[in-house]
Amino acid sequence: MELKEKLVSSFLAFEEEYTGTNDDLHKIRNQAIKDFETIGFPSRKEEDYKYTSLKSILKEDYSLFPKKENALEYKDIKKYFIHEIDTYDLVFIDGIYSSHLSSTTHDKIDVCLMSSALNKDLYKPVIDNYFNKLAPKNGLNSLNTAFTKEGAFIHIHKNTLADKPIQIINFSTGNESSLLVQPRNLIVVDENSHCQIIERHQSLTDQPVLTNSVTEIFADKRAIVDYYKVQNDKLSASLIDNTYIEQKSESFCSVHTFSLGGKLTRNNLNFYQRGERIDSTMKGITIIEGKQHVDHNTLVHHIEPNCESHQDYKGIFDEKSVGVFNGKVVVEKEAQKTNAYQSNNNVLLNDKATINSKPQLEIFADDVKCSHGCTIGQLDEEALFYLQSRGIPRKEASGLLMYAFANNVLASVKIPEIKKRINKLIALKLGVELGFNL
Amino acid sequence: MLKVKNLHASIEDKEILKGINLEINPGEVHAIMGPNGSGKSTLSSVIAGKEEFEQTQGEILFENTEISEMDPEERAHKGIFLSFQYPVEIPGVSVTNFMRTAINAHRKANGLEDMPANEMLKKIREKSESLEIDRKFLSRSLNDGFSGGEKKRNEIFQMAMLEPKLAILDETDSGLDIDALKIVADGVNKLRSKDNAVLLITHYQRLLNYIVPDVVHVMIDGKIVKSGGKELALELEERGYEWVKAEKAI
Repeated sequence: MELKEKLVSSFLAFEEEYTGTNDDLHKIRNQAIKDFETIGFPSRKEEDYKYTSLKSILKEDYSLFPKKENALEYKDIKKYFIHEIDTYDLVFIDGIYSSHLSSTTHDKIDVCLMSSALNKDLYKPVIDNYFNKLAPKNGLNSLNTAFTKEGAFIHIHKNTLADKPIQIINFSTGNESSLLVQPRNLIVVDENSHCQIIERHQSLTDQPVLTNSVTEIFADKRAIVDYYKVQNDKLSASLIDNTYIEQKSESFCSVHTFSLGGKLTRNNLNFYQRGERIDSTMKGITIIEGKQHVDHNTLVHHIEPNCESHQDYKGIFDEKSVGVFNGKVVVEKEAQKTNAYQSNNNVLLNDKATINSKPQLEIFADDVKCSHGCTIGQLDEEALFYLQSRGIPRKEASGLLMYAFANNVLASVKIPEIKKRINKLIALKLGVELGFNL
Repeated sequence: MLKVKNLHASIEDKEILKGINLEINPGEVHAIMGPNGSGKSTLSSVIAGKEEFEQTQGEILFENTEISEMDPEERAHKGIFLSFQYPVEIPGVSVTNFMRTAINAHRKANGLEDMPANEMLKKIREKSESLEIDRKFLSRSLNDGFSGGEKKRNEIFQMAMLEPKLAILDETDSGLDIDALKIVADGVNKLRSKDNAVLLITHYQRLLNYIVPDVVHVMIDGKIVKSGGKELALELEERGYEWVKAEKAI
């Protein structure tokens, strides 16, 4: 049976199993499965998926509901946490919440589970206001919505600074021969509030796993949200990340995506600016090899005047790896004085590596500053010779140059421990020795 | 120390070096002067091992070893240093980190352990102070946004750190004001010893007031056409290259 049919026919059982009290959710899910049935998975016929075929990851016979709960020992998975600092942690194992690995709170901020937010009256107003309001109807979103069950629910109340970063980590154990997980996250940051979030999907074995994740983020007036996505997964793991961010006036949101491993990774990252003097920043570092595939599909929708957006994506592609960057910037007629910047720089280390880079600017206002630049190149021979002439062997010299190429994206990372960790991962990947910083 | 015999080199089938003969002994300073496009920079790049150039004929012997087939890094490990005319900007790598990587690469090639951090710091401090380099400068990205003078001074700093046997300075004097020139010349003179040699590539006699050469060569159209003592440089400064061409019937 094809995955789509399997999903549709499993839906009834899934719904019956659901014992929650939220009647609206039933309606939303039922509508969503209908939508998914009509729309289906995206294919390469669609412009947005021209360079990324999901075929290879949809042919697995995924198990949809893990049969048993799986426990993990913290010491075995500690390395996947940013453990050097104190954080709130929301940990899911094969899609199921792990209370003993998590650390939640309801003290001024809510860092808890989607499953409880969906079913408790206390959260109903927030759910009614925000849940499923941002993610547009499409195959992947509808599929996720239909099977919405678990994920992170984060609500930072008005005038509050989240006292520590929040980590959302999804582990898959491989206890099922292959697994489809669909986390659903909702993050609401009220006026004058601030939070930092780290998200990671990590497979622990070589069994195939596909994650179709939907995250909706609302940043109210003057809110600050810094989001870090660490994608350094196994070659058997694929991720479709659908993230939607709505910003109100004078809010500041940044998303850093570090794509360092995985079979196929597709990032659908969308910003909607509903207010003035908004700043949206998206940055990415992609370093892949083998047959890995990383696709960044970004959208910034400038709706009102005097807003800014900054995009800076760097990619290094070796062997037969494939990269895609499709960055769409829409500037509405009313959005005068928009300042939109987009840059995508790539290095291909091998003749067989591919990058498809496609800036897409749709500008309807006349008094705006929009710039975009895209480069695809090899390493600079003159720079290599310079380093070699100082006695640095060619291999190390290329590593050093690539490291230098990628790491300036890290300048805007606000959590030093993340900067350090990513720096280390990049250095490790490129075979550069570090550890002497003055 | 360096023996270049009948060296021919070309780039994309265009011959640039057309039979260079040059011998530099330990303790000597040689200067190569010549008009633009005569092949001076090509000669320095070929000795340092730049792959862009194809060595079609001849030999390059360094301490009696043929180095023509060696990678640039191997030549560096043997003690050849090239100060670039246009040092490359490398954003994201600090001067200090770069220096540490380079020094430890040299040590590794010579079978030594990494230099301990405190020793490295001490050496960096010593050398940078003697070249009047600001400490802040050392944590900046390599050559990134440096002025012309800062880049050249940084080249000499690297030379001082790596302590090469043969230093080739490719137009290190260009872009330097007189104070910077003195500091750079002073740095080069400090390196001079009976075991080291220096090859200066320059357009102007000015530098040679501060780094006094033992031998001056004139290079025209890919060949060394005349060699002499330091007074030859003065003569060239005064009379240009035309008389050499006339004398040699070029």
